[in-house]
Amino acid sequence: MDNARSRIFARIRSSADKGDETARVAAVEARLQHPQRNLVPERGQGDEAHRIEVFVRMMEAVGGTVEILRDLNDVPASVATYLRNTNRPAMIRRGRDEYLANLPWHRAQTLTVKEGRAEDADTASLTHAFAGVAETGTVVQLSGVDNPTTLNFMPEAHIVLLEAKDITASYEEVWTRLRDIYGPGQMPRTVNMISGPSRTGDIEQTIVRPAHGPKDMHVIIVRRP
Amino acid sequence: MEAKTAEFTSNVARAIADSQLQGTMTETGPRFIEKRAKARAGLPEFDALRDQARDIKDHVLAHLDLYLERYEAKVVESGGHVHWAETAEEARAAILGICRKLDAKLATKGKSMISEEIGLNQALEAAGVTPVETDLGEYLIQLRNEPPSHIIAPAVHLTRDQIEADFRKAHTHLDPNRDLTEIPTLVEEARTVLRQKYLDADVGITGANFLIAETGTSIIVTNEGNGDLTQTLPKAHIVIASIEKIVPTLEDATTILRVLARSATGQDFSNYTTFSTGPRRPEDPDGPGEYHVVILDNGRSNVLGTEFQDMLRCIRCGACLNHCPVYQAVGGHAYGWVYPGPIGSVVTPALIGIEKAKHLPNASTFCGRCEEVCPMRIPLPRLLRHWREKEFEKHLTPGAVRTGLGVWAYFAKRPKLYQFGTRVAARLLSVMSGKKGRLASLPLAQGWTRYRDMPAPQGKTFQAMWKERRHG
Repeated sequence: MDNARSRIFARIRSSADKGDETARVAAVEARLQHPQRNLVPERGQGDEAHRIEVFVRMMEAVGGTVEILRDLNDVPASVATYLRNTNRPAMIRRGRDEYLANLPWHRAQTLTVKEGRAEDADTASLTHAFAGVAETGTVVQLSGVDNPTTLNFMPEAHIVLLEAKDITASYEEVWTRLRDIYGPGQMPRTVNMISGPSRTGDIEQTIVRPAHGPKDMHVIIVRRP
Repeated sequence: MEAKTAEFTSNVARAIADSQLQGTMTETGPRFIEKRAKARAGLPEFDALRDQARDIKDHVLAHLDLYLERYEAKVVESGGHVHWAETAEEARAAILGICRKLDAKLATKGKSMISEEIGLNQALEAAGVTPVETDLGEYLIQLRNEPPSHIIAPAVHLTRDQIEADFRKAHTHLDPNRDLTEIPTLVEEARTVLRQKYLDADVGITGANFLIAETGTSIIVTNEGNGDLTQTLPKAHIVIASIEKIVPTLEDATTILRVLARSATGQDFSNYTTFSTGPRRPEDPDGPGEYHVVILDNGRSNVLGTEFQDMLRCIRCGACLNHCPVYQAVGGHAYGWVYPGPIGSVVTPALIGIEKAKHLPNASTFCGRCEEVCPMRIPLPRLLRHWREKEFEKHLTPGAVRTGLGVWAYFAKRPKLYQFGTRVAARLLSVMSGKKGRLASLPLAQGWTRYRDMPAPQGKTFQAMWKERRHG
């Protein structure tokens, strides 16, 4: 395989006159060391109210549902109500995320809250989004013990808690935030960008929900006054 | 996968005679076009983003060795493994090697055109590893043992009745009297059957839409969530990708993602865009224990620096297929290998040789719609023309065509003779057609008149009319 590697590289390098080698290396280094934004669409740009408005519109357009709460303490009751309204067992799986753990779960006494990664039998999950992107109504989830990746895909209902302050205009702001936290060139194991519940159009181009992932995606935006 | 590109002419005849296929193509074809047009109209910056997307890939191709080196270093730094494969055979060997080490019996698979290109499923089966396609379209064609007929909608040629019959044959453990007439019921059944496979799988194999040099990240884009279950639940995640999938940074990937879904399905963004970097981390409660990337060349590096280089910008969105009158008339299987449509007619000769694929560059009317809609602005008609030139240079063109071209060239180089000839021919055809103005049959042109009438010239040649107008 090492031979394969050197032969592939040799062919790429001999493929054409690529010009001054020092300049080529410098161009690549500059691009990687200082990632530049390309054209960013205007759609999501604006103040918080605008970003929320676009986010909600886009998420609903792809079959997601959105609820806006003023008080974080209302989340447990809201989750319980959502599950009841969608005829699901009063059970939720979440990760170790402190923000979720510290919610006043006692306010929704009938609700069973389990911690950990998703199991096949889980019917609903709750995750805390790292960010929301207004542009396309997209939720950004990071892997790890706080919000295990399986929670985004295995249960039939995926409920996402998203803070209004974390709704950005574009994906580019998410990358900037990630670099600030993880360091340049570093990423969590998985970054999931999720725009609505799972769907397929593979049979006669007819859109059917769900395919393999969640049937419902419900975003609770917490917008503190 | 074995190429049946040499049989293109007979494949086409069969496709045109296939009324079921014709029905499906007529039904579904226009929908793709409408959806893309709507998505494009919804984003004023769309065409400017296409320019930037093109420039990003051109920059990458000019610095491909450097970006691949950096990408490899970043994958290793994040705990992953990189395997280089010059050929399809080496790529299969690398994947089988990983499966053997893990004693894998079951492999779930996300949608990957590279996997089709290297014939991975057959190789896995031969080695005792059961491959299960999890993208619904891919699962449907796997049950039928067929290649995909479209880059992003592999089962676009099938009807729900055919799928119902396949499910009854394959899912024998389910109630034979169950109702499968509705599409959602079929999807639900596939969901249930495949959910167990995700849980049982030893390895998960996916493709990659992009590889990011900055971070050593691979990206997959799906709507079903199948790719994520495939790569998250098993012991190992194997990514199979070709060398030109590299982009420099997260921002560059983002720009191209903005044009990908809009061009492909007409969505603003696919439901699931997933960025994967290395294996499960120490604290992680889920994710694969091992992360491997198999990077395939398979002839692509030979294209660099040639007149065909622009094809390496392709992001496999399928827009050129959706807008191609030839593809829409014959469907994907007629092309005879993995990549159909205009991009397939350009890529296939590069990967398996123009000798085997000589018919494909001729499967175009040069109407130019493919280039018009390509998000990466690949000049597809120009590349097809280059292949026709190669075909002619290598004497692969049939004798009759060469003779015909020779005769035409003889006259074209002698304008007086040419004008005289065309004048006589135009008059003759006009007389032959009588009052109808159409010809139902014509010597040397039965290929045309078998399917439709030939409109007859109205008595004068273009040049004669031109002259009249200028003087008139």
